Amino acid sequence: MVEFPGKKDLLAAENFSVFYGSNEAVRRVSLDIPEGLVTSIIGPSGCGKSTFLRAVNRMNDLIPRCRVEGALRLDGQDLYEQGVDVVMLRKTVGMVFQKPNPFPKSIFDNISFGPKIHGLRDRSKLAAVVEKSLRQAALWDEVKDRLGDNALGLSGGQQQRLCIARAIAVKPKILLMDEPASALDPASTSRIEDLIAELRGKYTILIVTHNMQQAARVSDLTAFFYEGNLIEFGETGRIFTKPREKRTEDYITGRFG
Amino acid sequence: MALHIRREIEHLKKNILMVGTVVEESLFKAMKSLETRDAAMAREVIDNDVTIDHMEVELEEECLKALALHQPVAIDLRLIITILKINNDLERVGDLAVNIAERALFLAHRDRDKKTPFDFSAMAEKTREMLGKSLDALVNENTALAYEVCMADSEVDRMNREIFLKVHEAIRADPGNVECLIHMLSVSRHMERVADHATNIAEDVIYMIEGEIVRHRAENFRSPDEQL
Repeated sequence: MVEFPGKKDLLAAENFSVFYGSNEAVRRVSLDIPEGLVTSIIGPSGCGKSTFLRAVNRMNDLIPRCRVEGALRLDGQDLYEQGVDVVMLRKTVGMVFQKPNPFPKSIFDNISFGPKIHGLRDRSKLAAVVEKSLRQAALWDEVKDRLGDNALGLSGGQQQRLCIARAIAVKPKILLMDEPASALDPASTSRIEDLIAELRGKYTILIVTHNMQQAARVSDLTAFFYEGNLIEFGETGRIFTKPREKRTEDYITGRFG
Repeated sequence: MALHIRREIEHLKKNILMVGTVVEESLFKAMKSLETRDAAMAREVIDNDVTIDHMEVELEEECLKALALHQPVAIDLRLIITILKINNDLERVGDLAVNIAERALFLAHRDRDKKTPFDFSAMAEKTREMLGKSLDALVNENTALAYEVCMADSEVDRMNREIFLKVHEAIRADPGNVECLIHMLSVSRHMERVADHATNIAEDVIYMIEGEIVRHRAENFRSPDEQL
């Protein structure tokens, strides 16, 4: 396993499987993701990477006949144990999707929505959270004079940064990103990548991407999934120069997938 | 994407072998012209160097383009980087062949009847064998062959030291012939440098295949008594 001195493991999968009916989409994956770093999951379509990501905030619960085996622990807490409060879980696990999905509300309301649900009512405290989140998401300077405007009026890249701001407003332990830049133009993609670099250290980020160069640029660690199996997991620099597994090498050099 | 880079890599491999062939030929002729005091052949080596220089620049540009356009990773990245470095080593071997040819040219005029008898044949043979093997190791992705080249380097170093001692003695015995003898010493030194470049190539091939940088680990390639 990969060890980063001084970093504790935040997310730990142990023989973790996800089934859709009889189809085992994620197969007995064991993986420890350290705190404060950026980890990418790469692999061809259907390799189980998004399923694994979605398992972390239990989004697969919504899919009929979906079940899990093994253990998936966040900060020591088994996420699939009976009695886990899924709403509270999703407060600690932020999620950013491929397509930006702001609420059809004002920029301010988009960010303050989460903190409000979790009980923050004080207007000035909410304003402080909104500003801090927008600043961390590198969007503040662009929207500070129009916080009351509808978020749908922002550009695609801005909407995606808004979604990241919305996710971090509730101070999640881990931030999941599913292809966060694949629907954006190169300039917006670059801003999202810069933002990931800024958030590194403050948050633990787990990102699924088809774009291998993006994984190489933004992440400390890379996991390669193939046909539901974790094939290789290691420091990104090593994976992209000297992969240990033939299948990893074949995939990242474009020989299959 | 993958097909493009495959074709590009095949093309680069073919071109590095072409540079290798031309350089080997140049070195062979340089050594031959020295042995036979053949001024015309020596001049041919000197004139041909510009071709090697052009080939080197062209191949370097192709490698840089491949890096920029395809952003290769893993074995593809290591291969292109290795070709870039080997290209540079081969060009230097070409320069050394020119240096040897220049000595041959001098000796063809000043020592036509070989009054200064120096037998470089063993050293020349060993050096050329190392260069040839290092290129074979590249083509066949053969680390065993590459390690053989690394091991052989110390033998050429030993031969170079022997020639130094012989030249030293010969200068004492015949101080009037010092100029020719110094040229002989240079030839030996140039050949020893060719062997060093062949070793570099072999080390780069090992990196390409195994992903391990083995440079500066000369002690691994020497026999125990040499390490003392």
